[in-house]
Order: sequence, then structure tokens, then C-alpha cells
Amino acid sequence: MNRGHYEYLDDIATADVAFRATGKTLEELLVAAADATLAVMLSRPVGLEPRIKHEIRVAAQNEEMLLYRLLEELVFLKDAKQLLLRVEKIELQQHSAGISFQAVAECAGDTIDPEKYVLGVDVKAVTMHLFSVKHTGEGWEALVILDI
Amino acid sequence: MTVPAQLQRMSEACWMLPPNYKDGMLVPAIIYGTEKLMSEMDKGVFEQVTNVATLPGIVRAAFCMPDGHWGYGFPIGGVAAFDADAGVISPGGIGFDINCGVRLVATNLTEEEVRPHLETLVDKFYQRVPAGVGAKGFLKTTRKEFNQILEHGAAWCVERGFGWEEDLDRTEHRGCLEGADHNDISDRAAERGHNQVGTLGSGNHYLEIQVVREKNIFDKETAEVMGITTPGQVVMMFHCGSRGFGHQVATDYLMKFLSVMTGKYGIPIRDRELACAPLKSPEGTAYFSAMKCAVNMAFANRQLILHRIREVFAEVFGRSAEELGLHQVYDVSHNTAKIETHEVNGAKRKLLVHRKGATRAFAPGMEDVPACYKRIGQPVIIGGSMETGSYLLVGQPTGAETFFSTCHGSGRIMSRGEAKRRFRGEKLIHDMRERGIYVRAVSMPGLAEEAGGAYKSVDEVVLATEIAGLTRRIARFEPIGNVKG
Repeated sequence: MNRGHYEYLDDIATADVAFRATGKTLEELLVAAADATLAVMLSRPVGLEPRIKHEIRVAAQNEEMLLYRLLEELVFLKDAKQLLLRVEKIELQQHSAGISFQAVAECAGDTIDPEKYVLGVDVKAVTMHLFSVKHTGEGWEALVILDI
Repeated sequence: MTVPAQLQRMSEACWMLPPNYKDGMLVPAIIYGTEKLMSEMDKGVFEQVTNVATLPGIVRAAFCMPDGHWGYGFPIGGVAAFDADAGVISPGGIGFDINCGVRLVATNLTEEEVRPHLETLVDKFYQRVPAGVGAKGFLKTTRKEFNQILEHGAAWCVERGFGWEEDLDRTEHRGCLEGADHNDISDRAAERGHNQVGTLGSGNHYLEIQVVREKNIFDKETAEVMGITTPGQVVMMFHCGSRGFGHQVATDYLMKFLSVMTGKYGIPIRDRELACAPLKSPEGTAYFSAMKCAVNMAFANRQLILHRIREVFAEVFGRSAEELGLHQVYDVSHNTAKIETHEVNGAKRKLLVHRKGATRAFAPGMEDVPACYKRIGQPVIIGGSMETGSYLLVGQPTGAETFFSTCHGSGRIMSRGEAKRRFRGEKLIHDMRERGIYVRAVSMPGLAEEAGGAYKSVDEVVLATEIAGLTRRIARFEPIGNVKG
């Protein structure tokens, strides 16, 4: 699965973390943004052992809220279950039962262990400040600011 | 950074953008800072503080404190008061980390006595006060008990032996905001945060052992009232908030407010983080109650951490916390909205005062200033960066202009990415150790992000508040030991 790309943006929201994620498809964009969020909390996301499988299902009326809900769920699971997760596969379903979009993300990861992993900083929330998802000529692009 | 051309200098450390700066501004925007701080101010501050000035029911002005910087919705350092009947409440004016705050604890030990035990103390704090991403605490609560914490705050802990009655006297609102109803929080919020009472968190949260040196006691008599009596005296300071619970409360209500703000209440949205609803609406009332639950959870969190600090000191020195003089000086809140009565144009008015990355600084004699501090004014605790120093200030009568509010820290000036490129956690630990500061950190990259160079000068920030008449400097503390998330 292609994971899309992300880059952190230094000159926005000084004390927080802003990033731009891109993908050729909406699926790639979602994965790239999830990767960017994980990499704030975990120094080497590729080193995260896939010990625990977890499926995330989110639904929203538009692409923007779909991304928001996916990231918000990852942040929630970090505290509620002490889980850091990497998206392994994502499937989009559209126009089902009055909800425009639904995403099913198959994730794998591990419980938070500072002895085992080099942790980064805690993400408190996904903010709506300048939050955007847009279709570009080459695919999809999102701007996200995480509260630290 | 060049400041907006319309910025007017009102006095030495007070600057103003008039209502004609931007369409929809109902009041001016007032920013505090010395010339140096203003030259460093993020462009986002001017944009955001003027957005706040457009919110319905805003009274007098939208303020930004000298440690202000670009946040989301409100700037960090933002203060705004709204009419309690006709005004709004905004989660983005409070922040995700509801009642993030600082607690200061005195000891009767000197640096000379503490130095030989410094590493043991810091190592034990590191073990007993869980820190870092997703950390959970030692306190196991049922949902019913967690609900009690949300409604009773620090008192819940004191009743169970995690603290002293006098701790409550020396906490804003005695560690509990009235009117918190656990029915206004989601299961999701409880699930996220119920196991985090007694944890520090990460980012700019810390627990520090600090020393007050003779040259840094600026007002000996006032310092003595607060238990700061001896040059070389050791104090403990820590900064944390309502953890994942508060973050989830803010997230839940931000979504609720966005769904009703324009459609139901006809308020235009300039920045979705400025989502708001009338305080007296069903959504506003529910959020206010849920926010109070998070405020109380944060008070309980800091109360439990204080208890751990006392346990560790007693263990290491073989004397009781009472014998070691571990009295709480005070506990201040940063991210809150509170109903307060202030004088506006000669008349008393009930206002909802939002402070986001700003501290209440009540003047001598005001209500809710504890009896022991009535004469000197409310203590204000300002945490600087881990490498520089922190301050103890008191509120001033001239602080009335900002509804008795002041700065909360030194204020970030460098992005986290830039700080990680410039500083390395391991090198910081080594360098600080050479300078006599022993640090334990969960995250090395996280530590690098908190390097002193990533912050404004705390000395300049508190000086600006003193020049502006908001708060007065009493003492400055220097770190010797530090736990970071």
C-alpha cells in the first residue's frame, strides 16, 4: 500500500505541530496524516512492533471530517488503551446509508513502553485551526495542526 | 516580524489595535509587551487576538499577555471577558488542556542540604509521577469515584489522605469549581482520562526542584508571607493539567459547538477553533459544566502529585513532610473560563472571563484570595523554561484593566521542529548537569523541544507585566532538578 507523504511546517502555531500531508488518493492521504500524527509521539514509527491489531471505523459527511475523525480516534486510543498504532490498510466506502464516507482502517501497533521505544511528545488533540482537506491536480492535500 | 502598521503604543508596555483594524471587531485588541517582546511577537498573535475581538458579548477588549504566541482560536496568552448573560463561551478560548496550571510548594531545606540527595530525589519523582505520552497513574478509580473527582476536585484527594486541608485554602477556588455535573461529560472522555490522575503529561509539563538565591528575593517581606524565607531555600514547582480527560472534553464540545454556532445561533465562523455558543444556551451550559469537571480533575491531578512529592521527601530525608515544611504556597490555573464580578465603566458586572495560557492575578483584598494572602494579593506562579528560571509574583490593583490577568510562562518563540534541529536531548542533559541541573526525561526529542533557547526571556516577560501594572515580582527561582515527560 502506498502511504502518501507528509512534512512538518515550522512557521505555523509556534508551540504545536503543523503538518501538510499529501496522497495520490484519499486513502493515501489518510494514511500519510496518520503517519505524521504517530511520528510526533514515536521517534521511529517503522520500528513499532505490530503486536496488537485494531480496526478503526469512522464515518463522516465529507473528506475533511473523515480525516479529522480518524486522527482523533488515534489520539483517543493513545490515552484510553495506551496504544500507538500504524495504519496497515485502509478501505473507503462511499454513499452508504445516508453517510457519505466511511473508512475502515486496519491498524497494528503496540502498547506504550518508554523502555522499548523512543517516544516523542503527547498529542493532546487534533485542532480545527486551519484544518483542511482539498483535492488538487495531483491528488489530495491536507493541513493539520496538532495540539501539543 | 514587523508589527501591523495600525498598532498604537498606549504606554511603555501596552499596545493597541483599534476596532477598525478588521471588519467585525467589537472592541480593541490590547497586547502587552516590551519593545523587544513586541518585535519578536508571532504574526499569528495579531490575527488571532483581533478575531477574538469579534466574538459576541465581548467586554472592554481582547487581550494578549507578553508571553503570547500563535495558538489555535485564541492566541496563547489570550484573555477575554464576555457578559455572563448575553455573551458566549468558547472552548478555543480555554484550550484543550483545561486547567493546565502550576503549583508551588515550599520546603525548609536549603540547597546545601538537598544537593547530596538531588539525584535520588529526581529519580524517585520520575518513578512516582508517571510522565510522557499516554502515561497512566497509580490511582485506580471506578467510574463512580472518577465522577466524584470531577465534581469535588482536590478535596476528593484530601479526604482520602492525599494532602492537607491547608492545601485547599491555597488553591484557586479551593481546588473545586462549583457546578460541575458529570452527566455533561461523554463516556469517551471518562474512558480516555480516568486512569491519568497523578500523571504529568509531556510537552512543556514538568516537575522541578528549584532554589531561591538571595539576590533573587525582590520583596523580602511579601516573600516571607508566602513561606519563602531563606536564601538558598529549596522549593518544588510543577506544571500539568487535566490530561487526556480535559483534551477529550474540549474536543467533544468543539464539535458540538461547530454544529450549532451558525445554524442555530447565527454567529459567523472566522476560525473553527473560535467555535462558541451563548453561555446561557443548552450547549453553552453543558460545556461550562463539563469544563468545570476538567478543571476539577486537573486540581485533583496536581493534588495527587503534591502527595507523591511529600512521600518522596519524607522517604529520602527520613522526616515527615510536616517537619520538612512542605507547605503548598499556591496553585494557579491557566486554561479556564470563570464567572467573576468586575467593574466596567463604573458599574459591577458579572462576566465570564476566558484565560488561555494566562493566569488570574487578583489584587490584595479581593474575594477568593486566601485569608493568609489577603494583604499581599494573590500569588502568581510563572514557570520559565527548564534552563532559566521561574517567578513568584503577586496581583496588583492596577491589574483591573485585564480583569486581573497576567502572563503564564515565558512563551514559546521557536517551533518544535526548529528546536529539535538545533538542540539534542542528550547534549542538553549533559550541559545542564555541568551547570548543576539534574534532568530525567521520558523523551529525548521531547526534551530538545523544551530547550531554553526555544522560549522568550522569562525575565523580560515578567518585567513587561510589572511595567504594565498587572503583577509585581517577589522572587525568582532557579532549577537544580527536573523531571520532563
